[in-house]
Order: sequence, then C-alpha cells, then structure tokens
Amino acid sequence: MSDSNGHKEAMDSAGFPPYTDYALGAPVTDAKAPDGPIAERWDRRRFEAKLVNPANRRKHTVIVVGTGLAGGAAGATLAEQGYHVVQFCYQDSPRRAHSIAAQGGINAAKNYRNDGDSIHRLFYDTVKGGDFRARESNVHRLAQVSVEIIDQCVAQGVPFAREYGGLLDTRSFGGVQVSRTFYARGQTGQQLLLGAYQALSRQIGAGNVELHPRTEMLDLLVVAGRARGIVARDLVTGRIDTYFADAVVLASGGYGNVFYLSTNAMNSNATAVWRAHRRGAYFANPCFTQIHPTCIPRTGDHQSKLTLMSESLRNDGRIWVPKAKGDTRPAAEIPEDERDYYLERIYPAFGNLVPRDIASRAAKNVCDEGRGVGPGGQGVYLDFADAIARMGRAAVEEKYGNLFDMYERITAENPYEVPMRIYPAVHYTMGGLWVDYDLQTTVPGLFAIGEANFSDHGANRLGASALMQGLADGYFVLPSTINDYLARNPHRADEEGVNAEHPAVQEAVADTEDRLNLLLAVDGDRTPDSFHRELGEIMWEYCGMARTDAGLRKALELIPRLREEFWRRIKVPGTGEEFNQSLEKANRIVDYFELAELMCLDALHRAESCGGHFREESQTPDGEAARQDEAFSYAAAWEFTGTGAAPVLHKEDLVFEYVHPTQRSYA
Amino acid sequence: MKLTLRVWRQRTPEAEGAMATYEVDGISADMSFLEMLDTLNEELILAGDDPVAFDHDCREGICGACSLVINGEAHGPERTTTCQLHMRSFRDGDTIDIEPWRAAAFPVVRDLVVDRSAFDRVIQAGGYVSVPTGAAPEAHATPVPKADADFAFEHAECIGCGACVAACPNGSAMLFTSAKVNHLNVLPQGAPERESRVLDMVEAMDAEGFGGCTNTGECAVACPKGIPLPSIAAMNREYLRATMRGR
Repeated sequence: MSDSNGHKEAMDSAGFPPYTDYALGAPVTDAKAPDGPIAERWDRRRFEAKLVNPANRRKHTVIVVGTGLAGGAAGATLAEQGYHVVQFCYQDSPRRAHSIAAQGGINAAKNYRNDGDSIHRLFYDTVKGGDFRARESNVHRLAQVSVEIIDQCVAQGVPFAREYGGLLDTRSFGGVQVSRTFYARGQTGQQLLLGAYQALSRQIGAGNVELHPRTEMLDLLVVAGRARGIVARDLVTGRIDTYFADAVVLASGGYGNVFYLSTNAMNSNATAVWRAHRRGAYFANPCFTQIHPTCIPRTGDHQSKLTLMSESLRNDGRIWVPKAKGDTRPAAEIPEDERDYYLERIYPAFGNLVPRDIASRAAKNVCDEGRGVGPGGQGVYLDFADAIARMGRAAVEEKYGNLFDMYERITAENPYEVPMRIYPAVHYTMGGLWVDYDLQTTVPGLFAIGEANFSDHGANRLGASALMQGLADGYFVLPSTINDYLARNPHRADEEGVNAEHPAVQEAVADTEDRLNLLLAVDGDRTPDSFHRELGEIMWEYCGMARTDAGLRKALELIPRLREEFWRRIKVPGTGEEFNQSLEKANRIVDYFELAELMCLDALHRAESCGGHFREESQTPDGEAARQDEAFSYAAAWEFTGTGAAPVLHKEDLVFEYVHPTQRSYA
Repeated sequence: MKLTLRVWRQRTPEAEGAMATYEVDGISADMSFLEMLDTLNEELILAGDDPVAFDHDCREGICGACSLVINGEAHGPERTTTCQLHMRSFRDGDTIDIEPWRAAAFPVVRDLVVDRSAFDRVIQAGGYVSVPTGAAPEAHATPVPKADADFAFEHAECIGCGACVAACPNGSAMLFTSAKVNHLNVLPQGAPERESRVLDMVEAMDAEGFGGCTNTGECAVACPKGIPLPSIAAMNREYLRATMRGR
C-alpha cells in the first residue's frame, strides 16, 4: 500500500498516529466558487456562465438519474428550458422516490415571523450546524435560493399548512432559534415531491422528458474524459442498454443503506454514485453520516428497516430517561423527580431542539449508562404528556396526528397515553460525490445533485434542510450551471462518435454483464440479505455513532473478508433476463462493500470529531465533539484506484471568511 | 406463529398464473407483513426456488409501492398499507391468501407485481399546475383560506397505490383521479386550468381502460389514506361545470 509524507505530517501535528492505506494526491485548488462579497457570488457566477441559445437546447440530451426532489425538479426544469431530458428511476413511478418519506418540513429564510431571520442567519446556522466542514459559498447560495423554493412550491399547489388568515404557518427545528420551517402536516416530503412529480409529469406529457421507470443505472459511460451516458438495466426484462447524452446528472440519493438498517427505502442504493466514483468522480467525506435521534427502536432480528419519527416532534415532546440505572417501572409510575430530562439539563438554551448529532449521541450515552428504556434498554422516552396538558389533545393531533398513528401502528402502543420510545438510526449521508460550485463532479459533464453530492451540510445536516437542498439544486442551481458546461462543450455525443460500437462503451457494457453473470454463476449457500445484514452490523458497530481508531481498523479487516466470502457463497436464483429482485439486491451489495471500506478509511483518517463523525479519541472534557481545525479543516475528496487498492486523498481546504469556526455550543 | 400462505405465482406478464402454497414458521407478531414475506423468500432462495416478487420500497406507508390483496382485501384487514400491516393482525395457524391487484388497467408484471403506469399517464394529462420554475409569484401574494388548504391537503394525501382500483368491482380509478382534481381545483393556484384539468384527466382515465363508477364505495373503504368517497361526487360536479362552460 502506498504512503506519502504530506498527510503523515498533518496527522502527526494533531498528535494522532498516521494511517497509511492511502496516498495523498494534489489538493483540490479550484472549486469554481467566484470570489467577492459572498452575497453577490451566485449572481456573479450566473452572469459569467455561458448560455445555450434556446433554439440549440433541444439538440442537447441530458440524462437525469433519479426522480426525487432533486432529480424530479431538475428534469422538469431542464425540460422547461428546452433540453431533451432522458430520465430514469428504479421505482415503477417517479412519484415513489424516497424524498416522499420526509416528514418534518423545509427551511426558508422568509422571515414571515419577523423573528430575526435572514438569509445570512440561515447561512450561519447551516455552516455552524455542519460543524464548519461545508463550503461557505455553496451554503450561502442555498440560503438565498431557499426563498424562491417556497414561492415555486406554493405556485405548484403544494398544500402547506396555513393559519386562519390564509398565510403560511411555520415551526421550529433543531439547531436554530427562529421559526423558519414550512410544513404540510407530517408529510412535507410527500407534498413537495408530488409538486416536483407533477411538474415532471407535465413535461413527460408534453414529450419533453423521456421517462424510463423500473430501469436502474449500472455504470457511467465516460468517453474521451467526459460523461457521455449510462449503462442501465430494464428491471422487468433484464435487458441491458446504453443511453447517450451530452451531460449526465446523478440525483440518486444517499448511501445510508450501507448500514442495512436505516430509515432509507429498501431499494435506495449507492450503485449510481459508486459506479461514477469508479469511473473517476471523487467521493467526498464518505464518513459523514447522520444518525437521526428520533426513530422507532428495533424489535428483533427480522427487522428490515427503521422508521423515523419527525424531528418536529421535539418541538413539543420532552425527551427523558429514568435517573436510576435499571429502572424497569412503566413510565407513568416514575415520578417527576426521578426522571432525567437530559437534553434540557445539559443544553438549557436549546433543550430538546439541539442538532441531531448531539441529540443522538446524548441518547446513546444515557443508554450506555444503563438508563435506556424498552426491550434491551435501547431507547429513550419522547413524552407528550405536558404538551397534551398544555395544548389539548386536539391540537397535538392536528400537528402530529399521522406520526402518532404511524407509531401506534408499528409498536401497538398509544403515544397519547404512554410516551413514545425512540432510538437513533442511520438517516442521511452528508458525504457524496465531490462537486464544485457548479455541482459538477471531477468527471466533466457529470453533475451530482441533492443527497448524492456532498456539498452543503458539512459534517451534520440540520433538520428540514435536505428538502431545501434537493429542491435548490434541482430547480435553481443545476439548471443554471449546466448551461455553462453545454455552451462550452457544444458537440453532441453522436457528433463525436459516441455510440454503441465505441470501445469504451463496449467495455462498460461487458463489465456490467460480466458482473451480473458472475453473481448468478456462484450458486453458493447464502442469500444477498444475509450478507447485507452482516455488513450493516459491522458498519453500525465500528462506523456508527461513535468511532475509534481500533474499531475502524477492525472493520477494515472484516469488510474485505466478508467481500471475499460473498463472492464464494452468494446465491442468486433465476436468470438475468427476467424480473429478478435478488439479482438487483446482490448487485447493489457489491458496491456497498467497496463504499463501506472507503467510509471506514475516511473515518479512520479523520482523527477528529466533527458533527456526525464522533471519534472517541477527540472529545472535550464534557464529551462533546472536539474538532481539530489545524489538521482537518478540509473536505476529503477520494479518488478510486481499484478494488482493495489504496485510494488517493485530495484535500479541498475550507476557508471561512464569514462564519468564524468556534466550538459549537448549544448550552 | 405458523402460517399457511397461498400466493399468486406468475412468471411473466404472458404466462399463466396459479396459486402456490407455502408454510412459514417462527413468525413474530411484531413483524410487518412484508417482513413475513422476507422470511418466506429467504427460505425459498436457500431451497433453490424463485422468491416471490412483490413491490415495496419505503416500508413507512407513504411511497405507495406495496400492493397486495390479502384474503381478498386490498392491503389486508387493517386500513393501512401492506407494509404497515403487522402480523399481530393474524393468528397462529391462519391460512392467508396473497394476490396482486386485479384490474384490467394494471397488468401483472410478475407474481404480485403489477404495472400501474396508467396512473402516471392520468396525472400527465392534467394533474399539475402549469408554472415553470422561476415563474412563481411571492408565496404570500395569494392567501388561501385555511379550510381550502385543508381540503386540498386531505386530497393531496393520495399515495397512488391503486388500492381503490383493486377494491372496485369495476376496476375504476375515480377515487384516484378525483383526489388530484380536488386537490388542485380548490386552490387559487389551480383555478386557471380548473376546467381543462378535469376534462383531460377523466378522458385519460377512460382511455386507460379503468371501469366506470357505480357508487359501490369499496374504493374509499380500501384507501389507506382515507380519501373520502364524496371526493368522487365533487369531481363529477367539476366535470359537469367544465362541460357546461364548454372548455
């Protein structure tokens, strides 16, 4: 394995042992963000960008992979601009993308409450909430665009919650002290996604978007150094096809399903981004994963996924555990003075509304102390008794009714009468494909938007900001920046000899077919799910809420061993020429193995704690995350060099001109 | 608990299908219905059989992918989606029939998976507001009475699962279509296309081969999101109004 002196020095200066299974490459020096006053940068970039003449747009094909908030919004908007859009989703309908499950809300700096909010405050909160590991220029643009998103969605008919005067209602979310979150009961993601889906449907109906449902991207076509299309499999017939384009946009979501158990949809996967990574796109900050504090605890080994309870519940619910260890009395029998409302105690200023990473770790800590509740002691109470007494049951029902129903459906407990039990679960991945200010990856012509990129949330995402970022990228940012690329690269794929006979295309297709055939040929004795589950257990144990040098090294031993076993013992029934859900799963797991390794390596090399990445060796005396800014104030962009081979680390230094990094305090 | 499952197996859209019988044991009451099927599939794979294909994704009751007829009822005995149905609704020793949605407009893809793209085409015909990105006015420029916003929301909750069609003896999509028409038509943002929307969507719905409505009301009983039956009457009024206005 290779080594270099550069990173060794950085690590040594922070007082941590160097880890050598990677090489240090040239730093990323140009992220294309304009300079000048931060509030003017987006205007400047848009003005400097070259445009494509409206008459020429229809000659260009853009592939969009994914139909969630980012992909749906981008596909619709690019088609409205006049581009020919070819769009893919693995679901039977674009309306089912997992954005639909987002519950709580979407942030926007409208300041309708007159409570001191502003674009600058949303920018500040997001940079601080991300623990100073995001690029300032991108975050500021996000805050600027947030205002337009609400306008757009309202005009589409998104039925946001309203007050009796007919104006929009807002609520508060974790990590902030203003009320800037717009919502549609507990189904904000659903309503926003249906808005984007309807805009996309309008373009499909008009013939401007060619939709391929039940079709999964299995590789990226890179010809002469530029993204020129994808290899995709029709999930119904099994047919593998190539699709060509002048630019490719990945809006394929995050990679939380590496952990097997997560709040992601069962079929959410990392194959599109990982295959793009293998073709040259750098992967940034893969270890930055968000563990959401309020999920329903697991009930047994049969568990296939975890269900989130919206963070908005922390507006009115109070989180507590018994003061005494091993207290097994029912909640109602534990008197007030024997309860520990630990978030209110430790963080009086923010109380139950501290950011997610902090709330999750605090829950883990009290459970590790033996004060957890429910089966196995893996849970804490989220109690609405005070809220019901204060607001009345009807008001609580109006605000959270569907969440309470969902909780009761899953647990068979009535949360109006007994407190909910919650426990943290993998929810969101801040890491993703590295992109510049234009959301372009290191492969020219390949763009990544929404959760698929790494750009805006740093080491921790604030609540109600995923919907904001997905729609910002899809409706407003990408449709502006992609023009510049297409204007500078006006030659279409077909004009440059990109077709099915091109050697690079044939190589990619053969590679995909070989992989699927090999999966079918092994005919071993273990199911895809059994491997996925085992990989997930390794990741949760060693790369979950708390990480250590020794644990991560252990994971880096275990994962390659499991991968090797996978290729000896995997059993995939059926053939490749039919609807075969086992083959789909197995193929996704192949990519999870490699991604999991990179996540562990990234977590190991980043010997600091920041946001959702908690290294036990790097904490304050109070047990809070201790950043090491001198050594780690950079985004880690990894370059792929081969399966099991040492990747190359490219650092993008983060410069903070407007929000001075401090140790986050929510006390 | 131990259960006997009778499951519809159909390899391709063209193939003849048939019910196949399987035994599953060790099912916990806390499992979801789909986790019970996961258990069956793990056993089938190890036994060298093809697992049962079924649509599922979010497993939180919101994506609308899951779509099983269980003991003759769309989504089974509880008013929820299949993924949110738990095995505590069944008893040890039960025999459970599991079939795909049955409707002319939803052809079977494989086993329990059907093709619901007809729903997408109904939406493409008019289930939107024509507002290109960037063209929106300031959000507070148009206040919406809370009652109208709530009415819109109640209909916008539809998850497009198709249970209404599966439950209807005629295979009608009136509840699905009316939910979108009512969601958008009550809002000021949807007003300019109020007439064309209902006419175009109903035309598309008929073209897809969905049956007519005879007011049996099974759709609203099966709907996991509680889209109310009067939604259909409201759409009929919209349709009549649009016809009379000649648009």
